[in-house]
Amino acid sequence: MTEISLAQQNFLSAQKRHKRTVTVSRLCVFIFFLGLWEISTRVGLIDSFIFSSPSKIFLCAYGMALDHTLFMNIGITLFETLVSFFLVILCALIVTIILWFNKHVSETLEPYLVVLNSLPKSALAPLLIVWLGANYNTIIITGMSVAIFGSILSLYSSFQSVDAEEVKLIYTLGGSKLHVLTKVVLPSSLPSLFSLMKVNIGLCLVGVIIGEFIAARAGLGYLIIYGSQVFKLDWVIMSIVILCIIAVILYQAIVAMEKLCLKHY
Amino acid sequence: MEKLMEISHVGYSYHTLEGETPALVNINFTVHKGDFLSIVGPSGCGKSTLLSLLTGLIEPEHGSILLYGQKLFQKGSGTIGYMLQHDHLFEWRTIEKNVLLGLEIQNRLTPESREKVMDMLQRYGLYKFKDARPSQLSGGMRQRAALIRTLALEPELLLLDEPFSALDYQTRLTVGDDIGSIIKKEQKTAILVTHDLSEAVSLGNQVLILSKRPGTIKNIVPITFPEQLTPLERRNSPEFKDYFNIIWKELNSDD
Repeated sequence: MTEISLAQQNFLSAQKRHKRTVTVSRLCVFIFFLGLWEISTRVGLIDSFIFSSPSKIFLCAYGMALDHTLFMNIGITLFETLVSFFLVILCALIVTIILWFNKHVSETLEPYLVVLNSLPKSALAPLLIVWLGANYNTIIITGMSVAIFGSILSLYSSFQSVDAEEVKLIYTLGGSKLHVLTKVVLPSSLPSLFSLMKVNIGLCLVGVIIGEFIAARAGLGYLIIYGSQVFKLDWVIMSIVILCIIAVILYQAIVAMEKLCLKHY
Repeated sequence: MEKLMEISHVGYSYHTLEGETPALVNINFTVHKGDFLSIVGPSGCGKSTLLSLLTGLIEPEHGSILLYGQKLFQKGSGTIGYMLQHDHLFEWRTIEKNVLLGLEIQNRLTPESREKVMDMLQRYGLYKFKDARPSQLSGGMRQRAALIRTLALEPELLLLDEPFSALDYQTRLTVGDDIGSIIKKEQKTAILVTHDLSEAVSLGNQVLILSKRPGTIKNIVPITFPEQLTPLERRNSPEFKDYFNIIWKELNSDD
């Protein structure tokens, strides 16, 4: 072990101090915000019937946790989001591979994909209900519709951006186009696949909530829309807070997976 | 000596919407077993096109390329090894997995073939890096790994497409020496494309000079040194300068 110099020690402790103050400041902002909210409803500065309050939200969540309706609603939304997320990734991969193998097909379909991608997908939701009925399928497909076209386009462009010389290498080693796909294109597209997943998990959540707004009888999106209609704003704000937490957890899960898989990139 | 490859009346053009650009016209030469042929020429003279033709990546529009008297079959079957400008070792594979890539693709990965490749890694000082990633190796070691990846398929003919151009000058000299002696030791026939005349003279036993676009053969200069010299020793011998000057003049003459 080498001796750590005094200057280095000072630097390290300064860094540590800096990190700690940032963490403390962040916590302070959070506590200050919650406190201000709670106090202003207590003293009547704002109406807790409309704005709810931290304590009411907590009690509401506690009550719903006791009769298990909270976990059921979270579970449904989470399930729909994950299913549509996995289907989006799977479909995007399959379609992109087909497009990559066949230049004729990809050139033919490109303008259609661009149009579908620029369409505001939430506009499709009412149509999907009429076609598919008010059930899980509709919600999952709404979730998929938000992410799928963009995923195909960006995955295809990452397939296209593979170094032509690396492709040539596979051919000089006697490989086929399938080898180019499995040995070069797929592995080198893994980083873009992960950044795509990070975007898509959020998009699928958005799509699923839109779907639940119009087609669900349970789930966080349903709680939000129903709560706002019957003026149970505790439900609405609680659901929004839970959605925040879910979004962060899902995103972090993908980041962790990415770190594990992309150690050598 | 046995004829390995015969190139006769080969021509090739590129086609674009703007028109046709002839890249190579009437190319004729023969490569014998054990030859080390260097190809030099001004940039854009069709050197890389020629290599792509020799590998079978593209087919000649005119003329024929025969390997052991037979038409070259499509897309490298492993009988012709190709070494590109950059090593293109994949970072997501270990060095061992990288050098076995060709065998893996051709479904020829057996305990015996693997053993042979491991021997080669051992012989050329890479065995202890077999579990390392390409980024952990120096430029010269990476180029050596790329060569072993090519040699693993036991090619009859080795094509080197400016394999040292991405390296700095000093590394280039030692790696050139290194690769040259490996090729000699493995008794391979090789064709080297380069724009560096001293590299061509120090490695080759023949130098083929191409003209400006469209590429035609200007001359083929046989290179003989009195004794078995390594590429680095060749650079310091008195004949080196003479050959260099002959080729330099030939390359710059307009006719």
